[in-house]
Amino acid sequence: MTYALKTTSLSKTYGNQIQALKGVDLNVAEGDFFALLGPNGAGKSTVIGILTSLVLKTAGQVEIFGVNIDRNFQKAKSFIGVVPQEFNFNIFETPLQIICNQAGYYGIDRRTALQRSEKYLRLLGLWEKRNDIAGHLSGGMKRRLMIARALIHEPRLLILDEPTAGVDIEIRRSMWDFLKNINAAGTTIILTTHYLEEAEHLCRNIGIINHGTLVENTSMRALLRQLNLETYVLDLETELEELPVPLNSIARLVDRSTLEVDIKRGETLNDVYDALSAASIHVTSMRNKANRLEQLFVDLTRNPGEASS
Amino acid sequence: MSPIAMLIAFMTIVIKEITRFTRIWQQTLVPPAISTLLYFVIFGNLIGPRIGQMDGFDYMDFLVPGLILMSVITASYQNVVSSFFGAKWGKSIEELLVSPTPNLIILLAYICGGVARGVLVGLIVTSVSLLFTDLSIFNGWVLASVVVLTAILFSLGGFINAVFAKTFDDVSIVPTFVLLPLTYLGGVFYSINLLGDFWQQVSKANPILYMINAFRYGFLGITDVSVFFSYGMIIAFIMVFFAISLYLLSHSRGLRA
Repeated sequence: MTYALKTTSLSKTYGNQIQALKGVDLNVAEGDFFALLGPNGAGKSTVIGILTSLVLKTAGQVEIFGVNIDRNFQKAKSFIGVVPQEFNFNIFETPLQIICNQAGYYGIDRRTALQRSEKYLRLLGLWEKRNDIAGHLSGGMKRRLMIARALIHEPRLLILDEPTAGVDIEIRRSMWDFLKNINAAGTTIILTTHYLEEAEHLCRNIGIINHGTLVENTSMRALLRQLNLETYVLDLETELEELPVPLNSIARLVDRSTLEVDIKRGETLNDVYDALSAASIHVTSMRNKANRLEQLFVDLTRNPGEASS
Repeated sequence: MSPIAMLIAFMTIVIKEITRFTRIWQQTLVPPAISTLLYFVIFGNLIGPRIGQMDGFDYMDFLVPGLILMSVITASYQNVVSSFFGAKWGKSIEELLVSPTPNLIILLAYICGGVARGVLVGLIVTSVSLLFTDLSIFNGWVLASVVVLTAILFSLGGFINAVFAKTFDDVSIVPTFVLLPLTYLGGVFYSINLLGDFWQQVSKANPILYMINAFRYGFLGITDVSVFFSYGMIIAFIMVFFAISLYLLSHSRGLRA
């Protein structure tokens, strides 16, 4: 299998002796849409920093599409496009200048740079703003500008560090569609996000880092299968004073018109519905109490000794 | 990266740098013209005639080379230190660092930006000086080479300052407390022959003295120190600063954690 990214025993100790990564072995297949998750300070940004040369690794090996960064970092970097967490463009330049300059840093001639700038600025809805001062753009536009900039050299691996942070839901969903299309066209994507429904919606595989260690590296499906218990919230058609006694073992009344039921792995909701129907209780809508991935994430990144909620 | 790609990257940075300092010409090109104009009016026109001759030349003629080179030094240093530190502070330097552009190309391009501003400011100040005196050129090759080498050296100095700087205050400390005194005491306004032996020897420890004297030699054909030694001094400093800059670009904690 060809790996877009392969790290072996990747370690990083900062000058203040903080050990940010402790021998991380991470594999991301070519063409994957990969979620790299972890709580704040877990080491996600350090991994991304090492891949992009902004952080110098202490030990370990990194290969990007088979190119070892210790042997030919220039070539490895040419494969990568990165959208950082913080805005990092010159706020006094225009989007067109920012993107064309970035193209130049990758050795792309001016004519091609202008053609691609138009393509990506249009795709991301920024073409009309191409000559505005970047610092005056809205937060969502700035995020999209950074995505356009990262794509200007048409990278094989796109790294997105919290790309939808602070973006409203409409723009977020349009960015999801855009990223899915980019991935479908063959670009490998590594995504870090705190919106776990975003990771669940977009990504096929997942790695979870905690305290500098990779605690999970598997497919999204396999990970979600690990979930032992899911809680559903049911909205009732008519209000209840109290739950009929036979139902006490399978559901609990949260308020007069809301029930919660716990479904263990291997059980189905049909039994619950049958019991509710038998008691003439009708359900108008249903939802998961918590995002499934969120529940697993909390379990996997819980500090030792911390009780499960 | 292919040589063509490296050339494109190099030109991109150089054009970006030149665009930057010409866009803010009120801050970068006008002030040196005004301050030099004041120097010429006060020291050249008002005080100069009372001083008489310096090393056999009118004081105004003696003063011009030093003032031109002083503006070149300040402009090239300021260009790189402010541009690179600004990019570092605003994090836009990451655009460059994550790209495959080699560090050597990044450094050379920033130097070129500094040299471009230094030379342009030098030409502006030279034009201003023509309002006060007729300039004669003794050796044009020496003039051109000293200007370019001096601008390279101080662009590198600005680069090193920018890498180490953590705040905007750090960017102004070196020009104010190091560069300005060394320039003023480097023979811009006087010949070191006026000093006693001890202070002459002290002055010779100032590298800027050699640059100003070599430059003055290009205009007037006079110098307090050997021109060849001056070249050697400038080139040696450039080599040392270049090596330091390249190392910092790859390893500095100020750029890469």
